[in-house]
Amino acid sequence: MRISGKGLISGGRRVNFSFNGVSYMGQEGDTLASALLANGVHLVGRSFKYHRPRGILTAGSEEPNALVSVGKGAAQDPNIRATQQEVFEGLVARSQNCWPSVGHDVMALNDLAAPFLGAGFYYKTFMWPAPLWEKLYEPVIRRAAGLGALSGSANTEPYEKAFAFCDLLVIGSGPAGLMAALTAGRAGADVILAEDDSRMGGRLLAEMEEIDDKPAHVWVAEVLAELAGLDNVRLMTRTAVTGAFDQGTYSALERVSHHLPPSQSLKTAHRPRECFWRIAARATVLAAGAIERPVAFRNNDRPGIMTAGAVRAYLNRWGVAPGERITLFANNDDAHRTARDLVAAGVHIAAVIDSRHDAPDGRDFSVIKGAVVCNTSGRKRLETITLRNVSGEEKIQTDCLAMSGGWNPSVHLTCHMNARPVWNRDIAAFVPRAGAVPGMVVAGAANGSLSTHAALAEGAGAAVAALGQLGITAEAPALPRACDAPYRISPLWAVPGKGRAWLDFQNDVTVKDVAQAAQENFRSVEHMKRYTTQGMATDQGKNSNVAALAVLADATGRSIAETGVTTFRPPFVPTTIAAMGAGAAGQGFKPQRYLTSHRTSLKRGAANTEVGLWYRASYFAKEGETTWRQSCDREVMMVRNAVGVCDVSTLGKIDIKGPDAAKLLDLIYTNLFSTLKIGRVRYGLMLREDGFVMDDGTTARLGQDHYVMTTTTAAAGQVMAHLEYLSQVARPDLDVRFTSVTDQWAQFAVAGPKARALIDALVAEEINGETYPFMACGAITVGGVAGRLFRISFSGEHAYEIAVPARYGEALFDLLVTRAEAEGGGAYGMEALNVLRIEKGFITHAEINGTVTAFDLGMQGMISKKKSCWGKVLSERDGLMDEDRMRLVGLKPKGAAQELSAGAHLFEPDMTVERVNDLGYVTSVGFSPTLGHMIGLAMLSAGPDRLGDTVRLVDHTRGVDTLCEVVDPVFFDPEGGRVRG
Amino acid sequence: MRIACPLCGARDRREFTYRGAALPVPALDAGAEAWSVHVHLRENPAGPLEELWQHELGCGAWLKVRRDTVTHAMLGVVLAEDAGLAARDGEGPA
Ligand SMILES: [Zn+2]
Repeated sequence: MRISGKGLISGGRRVNFSFNGVSYMGQEGDTLASALLANGVHLVGRSFKYHRPRGILTAGSEEPNALVSVGKGAAQDPNIRATQQEVFEGLVARSQNCWPSVGHDVMALNDLAAPFLGAGFYYKTFMWPAPLWEKLYEPVIRRAAGLGALSGSANTEPYEKAFAFCDLLVIGSGPAGLMAALTAGRAGADVILAEDDSRMGGRLLAEMEEIDDKPAHVWVAEVLAELAGLDNVRLMTRTAVTGAFDQGTYSALERVSHHLPPSQSLKTAHRPRECFWRIAARATVLAAGAIERPVAFRNNDRPGIMTAGAVRAYLNRWGVAPGERITLFANNDDAHRTARDLVAAGVHIAAVIDSRHDAPDGRDFSVIKGAVVCNTSGRKRLETITLRNVSGEEKIQTDCLAMSGGWNPSVHLTCHMNARPVWNRDIAAFVPRAGAVPGMVVAGAANGSLSTHAALAEGAGAAVAALGQLGITAEAPALPRACDAPYRISPLWAVPGKGRAWLDFQNDVTVKDVAQAAQENFRSVEHMKRYTTQGMATDQGKNSNVAALAVLADATGRSIAETGVTTFRPPFVPTTIAAMGAGAAGQGFKPQRYLTSHRTSLKRGAANTEVGLWYRASYFAKEGETTWRQSCDREVMMVRNAVGVCDVSTLGKIDIKGPDAAKLLDLIYTNLFSTLKIGRVRYGLMLREDGFVMDDGTTARLGQDHYVMTTTTAAAGQVMAHLEYLSQVARPDLDVRFTSVTDQWAQFAVAGPKARALIDALVAEEINGETYPFMACGAITVGGVAGRLFRISFSGEHAYEIAVPARYGEALFDLLVTRAEAEGGGAYGMEALNVLRIEKGFITHAEINGTVTAFDLGMQGMISKKKSCWGKVLSERDGLMDEDRMRLVGLKPKGAAQELSAGAHLFEPDMTVERVNDLGYVTSVGFSPTLGHMIGLAMLSAGPDRLGDTVRLVDHTRGVDTLCEVVDPVFFDPEGGRVRG
Repeated sequence: MRIACPLCGARDRREFTYRGAALPVPALDAGAEAWSVHVHLRENPAGPLEELWQHELGCGAWLKVRRDTVTHAMLGVVLAEDAGLAARDGEGPA
C-alpha cells in the first residue's frame, strides 16, 4: 500500500507494467518489488525444492525469493531479482518454478512429501542403479527443482565489455563510500564510484535520519552534485563490483538498459543490455555495507515476512507500507527503527517482539521483551504469528512481519583472494581481515562499523589511507554530524521448536537439515554446505550462511569462530555468460583473416576452407565440375602440364636484420645459413629445445645482414616468439632484430612447366636459368611495383613465388591467373596444393605434429655436423634415434578398395586391431591424378625398413579396413629433374 | 592479474604469454645431462618463483617475472635480456 506523500519517489510519473498477466500501476523510481508491494502483491514465486509460496524478503541484490522472468521471446531474462528490476512502461514479468500458476502450483505436492526430501535425499535415494541417473533421475529432479528457463532461442541482444582504470575504486555509495569518493575527488585522484543500485546513497536512502541537520537524502544529493562536478570522478550506478582479483583488478557488471523499455535502449540509444567491466584500480575502498539476516523459526518463509531493514527501505524510500498490521521480531536495537518509522508514518504496529530481556523501550510503541516468534500461519500471505514467552504461546493477527537477526558486513570481496574473515563477538558477525586484499581498505558497515557517524568517519579515513599508499596526499573533509546510536545485539540464530525453520530460502535448507548433516558427520562447514546445498543457490546464501554455520557450530559443540565460514567466491551477484563473453559471440569468437586474393578468388569460383584463422581457396570450380575432386584433379594436372597460381601469403614471413642475423639463423636452424650466398634461398629445419621438430620453411638472404624467413602457416606465431626468445634470453649478445611481415606481403606460387615464361613476360627483369637458377631470389619490378622473386617449389615443378606489397596483391593475383589461363593453366587451391606436395613427399604440420624428430622424417642429414644448434643435443638421445620409431613412409592402396584415410592406424595384416599392435598412423592422403590412385604419407614403426611390405590400414571413424603397400614417400619425379629444369 | 612490462607499463595478463621457470640457459655444448635437467626438471615452490613471460601482444619483450605462487603478488619484473640467463660457458654457434 502506497502512503501518499511518503518516500523519495513521491510525485514520480506513473508507469504501467504487468506481472503474471495482470496489469498494475507503479511509479517512476520503483523496483518491481516495491511496485508489487504497493499493489498489495506479496506472493511472487515458488521455492526451489518444495515449491512453497514465497514473497519478497529483502530490498536488494541479496534477494533469495523474488526471482522473476522479464521480457519475452529470445531476449527473455530468467532469475531477475524483483528487488533490483526497475519498473518501466510496458514491463512484463512472470513468476518462475510454478505450474500452472504461482497461485496453484502442482509441484507444491513436494511440500507434503517434505519428511522424505530432507538433506542428502537425492544422494541417498538415487544412488543405484547408476545408469538410471542420467536418463531418469536427473531430468526428473531438474524439472521439479528449477529456476527460470531460457527461451531456447539465440539471444540477439547486444552485450558489451569494457576496461576502466583509476587511482581509487570506491565500492558502494552509502555514507562511507560517499565520504571516500568526496575525500579522494577533492584530492584530485582519478576516482570511480561504483554502486549496485540505480541510485546512489545506500542505506541513507532507506533511513529517516539527519546528516548535518538535514535529511540524509538531501546530504546525499549535495555530495553527489559536488562529485558530478569533478572531472576526475566517474559515477557508475547499476554497477555491481563482482570480484576482486590480482594486482587491483576488479570485475563489475553494469546493468545498462534493463531499466529501459526495449524501444528506448538499443534501437534509439545503441545501448547494450549489460556491460562487463574489468577495472584496474591502484587502490580500493570497499564500502559495500551490510546485509541483514533473518531469524530461523517455524514457517518463517511465508509471503509477508521480510527483513526489518527491507520494510524500512520500502517505507522510507518507496513510500510503501508492506502491510496494515505489521509486527516486528528482532534481537538488536537497530531493528526498532522499523517500528519507530512505521508509527511515524501512521502504520499500525501490532506487536514488537524482542528476544532480549534487556531490550530498550519504544517511545511510541510497547516492546514484548524476552519473547520469540515460534510459528506463523497463512499459506499465500502471512495471517498470524505465534509468540512464545515465559507465560506461554499467543497468536497475533498480522499481515507483515519484519524480522532482524542482525547485520552481516559484506565481507565477500575481501575474501576473493583467499583471506578468511574474523569473528567479531560484539556485533555477532564476521568482519574483514585487515590487509585481506592488497591495496583495499574497508570502511563503514562492511567493516563492522554499523553507525552512520562511524561510516562517514571511516569512509574519509579509508580514502586518505588508500591514497596514501599511492603517494597522493588527501585531507579528510570536516566530518558531518550524524547518528551514532549503539547497535546492541544479542545473538539469536534459530528459535527452538518443532517444524521446519528456514535458513536458505532459495535452496530450501532448514535448521533440521543442517543438524542432520552434523549428525551424519558432515561437520566441516564445507561438507555441510555440499550435503545440504546451503548457500549454493544463485544468492550464494548472502543472508543465510552465517546463521547456518552458527546452527552447525551449535550442533557440533564448537564456537562459530572455530567452525569458520565457507569460501566466498566471485561473482558477488549472478553474472550472465552473455556479458562475460561479450564480443566473443558469433564472428567475434574467431576472427577471420582474409587474403588479398579473397574477393577475386570468390569471383573465380573458389570454395573457401579455414586454415587456422585464415580463409583460403580450397579449389576453383569450373563450369561442369560438380565435385571438389574434379576441380582438384584438374588443378593438379594443370600444374604438372602447364602453369598454376596459388596464394601462399598465409605462410609466416619474418624479416630478420642485423650484423648477427646469420649467427642467429645458424642457432635456430639445424643446417647452416651463414654460408648462404646473397640472392639464394635455403630450406631449413628448426628444433624445439627437447630435440623434436618445431617447424620448417625456406629462408632467403637478401643482403649481408638481411634475411627473410618463411614459416608454416600453423607455426608463424610460435616461430616468432621462439626467435625473440633466442635473441633476448639465450643470446642477448647477438645484434639482430625481427619483424613479422606476414600481412605486409602478398605472395603467390607460380608453378608448372610454363611458369618461367609467364614470369619472364611479367617482370621487368630477364628471368632465365642463369639469372634465376633453382633456389635463387632477388628484387624484381612488376608493373612498376617493387617486389621479390624466389625460385622455390612446394609442388616439385619448376616454380616461383612472387611477392609484392599487400596492397597490390589482388591486382597481381588477377593478372597472374589471367595470364596462366591464356597458357592452359589457372588458379589452384589448397586441395591441389596438398596433392602436389604429397606426390613429392613434402611435409606439413600433419607430419610435424610435435612428436616427430628429424630422424623420424628421414632428415637427420639436415642436422649439420659442423656446428651446434638449438635442440641438437637432446635430438641425439638414444631413444630418439631408434630404428623402430615411427618414421615417415609413403602408402599405396592394395586390393579392391583402393582407399586410404588420414588418421587411420596401421597394423600387420595378420595381427588383431589392438593398441599393443599399433604400428603407426596415416598423416596425409590424397588422390593423385598424376599416378591414377590414392597416395598417402604415414608414420610407421621402422617404416623405411619395410618398403614393399603390406600393412593393414584401419580407420574406425570412417569404417575403412584395407591393405596397402609401404613405399618411398617421394611418389613423383624422385630425381627432381622437373624442379631444376 | 597485471604485469608491469618495463617498456610498456602495467598491462592485463591477456597480453602476455607464459613460458615457464626462468632458468639459466645451458651452453649448446653442455651435454645431454645438463639439457635434460634444463628441459625436464622443475622446482614447484610455494612462494616466490622466477618465470619467463613474453609481452607477445605488446612490445614482444621477454620478461623475467618474480611472482609469489601463493599470494600471486608480483615481486619484480625485468627484461630477460638483462637477467643474465644466457649461457656463461661455451659459446653458441660461431
Ligand atoms: Zn611491453
